[in-house]
Amino acid sequence: MCFDKIYIKLLQEVAEKMDAMVKVENIFKSYNKRTVLNDVSLDVARGQIYGLIGPSGAGKTTLVKTIVGMERADSGSISVMNIKMPNLDVLQNIGYMAQLDALYLELTGKQNLEFFAALFKLNKAEQKRRIAYASGLVDLSGELNKKTGAYSAGMRRRLSLAVAVIQDPDILILDEPTVGIDPELRFAIWNELHRLKDKEGKTIIITTHVMDEAAKCDYLAMIREGRIITKGTPDELVKSYNVADLEDVFMNAGRNIQ
Amino acid sequence: MRVRALIKRILLQMIGDKRTLGLMFIAPLFVLTLMYFIFNSSAVNLKLGSVNLSPGIVQALKDANFDVTEYPAGTAVNDAVIKDKLDGMLQINGASVQLTLQNTDPTKSKQITLKLNQILASGLNPGMGAGAAAGSGGIVNSGANAGSGGAAAGISQNNAAAMRMIPTIEVSYIYGNADTTFFDILSPILVGFFVFFFVFLIAGIGLLRERMTGTLERLMSTPVRRGEVITGYLLGFGIFAAVQTVIIVLYAIIMLKIVLVGSIWNVLLINLLMAFVALSLGILLSTFASSEFQMMQFIPIVIVPQVFFAGLFPLEGMAGWLRALSRIMPIYYGADALKAVMYKGLGLGDIWGDILALMIFAIVFIILNLFALKKYRKL
Repeated sequence: MCFDKIYIKLLQEVAEKMDAMVKVENIFKSYNKRTVLNDVSLDVARGQIYGLIGPSGAGKTTLVKTIVGMERADSGSISVMNIKMPNLDVLQNIGYMAQLDALYLELTGKQNLEFFAALFKLNKAEQKRRIAYASGLVDLSGELNKKTGAYSAGMRRRLSLAVAVIQDPDILILDEPTVGIDPELRFAIWNELHRLKDKEGKTIIITTHVMDEAAKCDYLAMIREGRIITKGTPDELVKSYNVADLEDVFMNAGRNIQ
Repeated sequence: MRVRALIKRILLQMIGDKRTLGLMFIAPLFVLTLMYFIFNSSAVNLKLGSVNLSPGIVQALKDANFDVTEYPAGTAVNDAVIKDKLDGMLQINGASVQLTLQNTDPTKSKQITLKLNQILASGLNPGMGAGAAAGSGGIVNSGANAGSGGAAAGISQNNAAAMRMIPTIEVSYIYGNADTTFFDILSPILVGFFVFFFVFLIAGIGLLRERMTGTLERLMSTPVRRGEVITGYLLGFGIFAAVQTVIIVLYAIIMLKIVLVGSIWNVLLINLLMAFVALSLGILLSTFASSEFQMMQFIPIVIVPQVFFAGLFPLEGMAGWLRALSRIMPIYYGADALKAVMYKGLGLGDIWGDILALMIFAIVFIILNLFALKKYRKL
């Protein structure tokens, strides 16, 4: 499997020369005649925290799943690190965290991390190193030998985030990572996301329906009914709509589209 | 490596879930043992009332393991049968013999008729011979349902001493022997069925839980290949299915002393194949269920009909379309092969058709599983 590694290395080198880590162009998707994604386009630059903001059911989850390659768009194209999705090898470089914690509750925290590390083909030494790093990141180092069934909801969420970074991916795609987490931990997670971006140059796509989280992103796309209603940095958006905060931007942008 | 990780994870999960493990290993043994005792319980003596019978006949009846209670002449037969919970009442009025049966249990009714015919025909009944009209026949009986209060139309029955000279029949058996019980024929089918049912249940619900908790989706967001996922699941659950199969088979043969004429290796081979079919079918059907309850709904649709075609009921008499239906049931082939090996003592050469059929089922289900996983990732 040496080939995989060389290939990934190559991908990384190519990506470094490019601006867009993730490029979504004019994608449409519908389920049972209901349009879920309607002409969505976006470019995510390397080292950016890109926020997808919108109410529940706006199509955020479908969009990130399509980027990961779990869903296929009806039309349009998606490329990640300049590779057309869906592509299995690119997945090695994407850390995906779904809305559900998706942990094996009969297993300990460590066993969960080991399992996913093995799926990414990390060797024993790498596994050890990454598990120590990821569990430290979410402050669970001392709880690793407990069964995750005995974890609190917040601990599970944190472990789920640790799983997403286990293989040291360049891109993190996090679907509502802070839902159901207390403010203190939410603050800690956001600090960590910024650190991952600043220190390790990670590109992070995050969905949320909470406006105060939107302000912490570098770049925002507001989504409503499968359509991107406006895009820009938080400051740009507030200025261009001439309003007090992002919530008002969302309201105004929503009105404009109708 | 990924397959190994999947297998290791499934093993850890199963060991971590003691209750499921218990269900998988203990429940089949429990049910099998229960059925063993139920089918091998000793027969209860039939309770027969008698009116007007000569002491000779009464003695003959008692020798034939009837519990005989004598009633005075003129007893209201139906009332007595119902009130005293008799299985039947035998009366002799002159030349005619009248039998009234309770008939809430047709098996008992048939037994009584059969035994009485034997007794009367074998001519051990001095009270009967005299004055009996010529001609013979079986006893024609009439049932007096416990609920109906109507007069029993006790059809009189001429029986004759003409059958006195019955030669002894020498019986030889191709399969089994005089002591063969229904359980002996049933047990190979039961062993196969329990292996199939419990593996189906555990694999189906195991994978369903993965679908519901989102772990399968997360699995599919890693670079793992669909083939690796299916292989991992088949082998991971397969290890448990294999252990379970060996335990059930050994328990049935060593502890319950189920008849095993053929080779135990063939029995294990057939059961392992059935477990594999159940495994791939359970995983496949869990795709179409969105909760544990919905998974349970597959039991009456998928599992129960298979029981009907497993050979518990004779297939020969079934309509053509029904028999055609039996051909698409995995248990039909498994049960057929198990009966052939365990009861008839046949070898691989005689059951290769069944083995092949089971293999085809497994392969088809596995291929369908590969496609079903596309639900989670379009690659």
